[in-house]
Amino acid sequence: MQSSQTPSRANLAGWLYVSPLVLVLVPFFVAPILVVLAASFFATDGFGGLTPGFTLASYIEILHSALTLKLYLATIKFTVLAWIFTLIIGFFVAYFLVFHVRNQLLAIGLFLLCTVPFWTSNIIRMISWIPLLGKEGLINQALLALGVIRQPLEVLLFSDLAVVIAYVHQLTIFMIVPIFNSMARIDKKLIEAAIDAGASRFDIMRLIVVPMSKSGIALGTIFVVSIVMGDFFVVKVMSGGGSASVVSAFYEDVGVLQYPNAAASAVLLTLVLVAIVSLILRTVDIRQEITR
Amino acid sequence: MSAVLADTPEAIAPASSKAIAPSRGQRPWTFYVLATLFALYVLALYGPMICIYVLSFQDIRGGLVFPMKGHSLHWFVDLFTQVRTGDVKGSFDRSIKLAVIVTVITVVISFLAGLGFRRRFWGDGVVFYMMIGSLVAPGLVLGLGTGLLFQALGLNASWYTSALGAQLSWTLPFGVLVMFAVMSRYNRAWDEAAYDLGASRWQTIWLVIVPVLAPGIVAVALFGFTLSYDEFARSLQTAGSLNTLPLEIWSMTLNVTSPSLYALGTVTTIISFIVIGASLGTIVLIQKRRGRAAEG
Repeated sequence: MQSSQTPSRANLAGWLYVSPLVLVLVPFFVAPILVVLAASFFATDGFGGLTPGFTLASYIEILHSALTLKLYLATIKFTVLAWIFTLIIGFFVAYFLVFHVRNQLLAIGLFLLCTVPFWTSNIIRMISWIPLLGKEGLINQALLALGVIRQPLEVLLFSDLAVVIAYVHQLTIFMIVPIFNSMARIDKKLIEAAIDAGASRFDIMRLIVVPMSKSGIALGTIFVVSIVMGDFFVVKVMSGGGSASVVSAFYEDVGVLQYPNAAASAVLLTLVLVAIVSLILRTVDIRQEITR
Repeated sequence: MSAVLADTPEAIAPASSKAIAPSRGQRPWTFYVLATLFALYVLALYGPMICIYVLSFQDIRGGLVFPMKGHSLHWFVDLFTQVRTGDVKGSFDRSIKLAVIVTVITVVISFLAGLGFRRRFWGDGVVFYMMIGSLVAPGLVLGLGTGLLFQALGLNASWYTSALGAQLSWTLPFGVLVMFAVMSRYNRAWDEAAYDLGASRWQTIWLVIVPVLAPGIVAVALFGFTLSYDEFARSLQTAGSLNTLPLEIWSMTLNVTSPSLYALGTVTTIISFIVIGASLGTIVLIQKRRGRAAEG
């Protein structure tokens, strides 16, 4: 019955179904982005007042500032590190659960075990590293007791290391879930056929598992990259204020009511993110893969 | 993430035959390497959190690190009675209410959008990319934009207007993506069968699609609830004068340096477990009832 619909009726039905979604996204995504875009061209009196107008002053200031480059390098460093660690751990955890755990019920149970901490507040999970990494934390106490070190290590907490640990702790789940989903859909007969045809386990990994998990990897990458690049509170808390990212600088700017500068840097960051995400989407058609 | 709770049984079902590790006999060495990696991952995942749960039960002398000093419920009482720890009770209340509203809206809109995206229509790409954009946009930036927008329109920012919208811009893309995964396992022939039997479009939705997808819909609900209950960046500039719980926790991390902070962690975890437990129970119940119906 539906297949006999004319294209225009199908279009109308499609739009009717998505119209509530659009009605939320337009005022709460499109409009705010446009407001930020507009604000980035405004002038400011320095006290939070915005003067409507068109000036590129904020962009010029940001693009000329050595600080911008430093912030982007720091953000990219955190993003790449978080991405690599979450990808490696996430991929192998998913691989282990799908291909190595023989009992299905056990696999589901172990999988749920990985998702449970996701149910607790991010901030709480972050501060939960204090009793471990702190100057008087468990790791330092253990190392001191073992005689490995004489002075408590200070780099454990409030450092770049702590920032990366917190990211990996919070975000690996965003890799496990999509990769697990796409791996679980690989037909095991395919792998048996490959074994019969003489493929080594490395060949299977390289030629079957990785290519067929591509959509999961891409989706996980989009989650992790966009969350790390858009983050400020992990960086702020875990580095103890020692490190900054693009968004934490943005947060400072907002704090001192430098809206145009903040907006301009937000626009720049959004452009960078759009570029990264569209690169990923170009290699994998996520919608096709998901709805397949 | 919770999406998969509902998906896994089906997702794993085809994997019943042999995996790379043969189902009998000796396991390859990679099994032991990966099993160790998995164990370490789980240890790192839980270890720190268990530490703070334990430390939250110290007595009045307690500090932020081990060793543990005595045990009592002092810091829980402190959390809900002391003024200096902030308005925990009020923010708790608001966060739960907000999460429930967000959940209901997310379920309804994601479900409808999922139905819409099952077939291509003119302009579907625009809507799809708008959604992806909303998902990846830095939360703080969107929050600021929404705050400024409300300011420009002369509206007061509050948790049930601007913060609600800002949170939806984050929960909806997740919800719709989960819906995609759920609907990819729905056989369109069932629709056709319903039409052939004379069902109207709405009857098909209510009597066929909704019951079949029920576990997936619960997963979307779970998602909406946890994402909202934990939402921070988008609420920061939009919640107005009254804090939501994550904002309260945030300000506590900056001001409070006592195990009260850990007590809060323990309390929020317990609440999450109650909600998740109830939702999982619902999924199991639906599956069971369906199993019984299939038998009978």
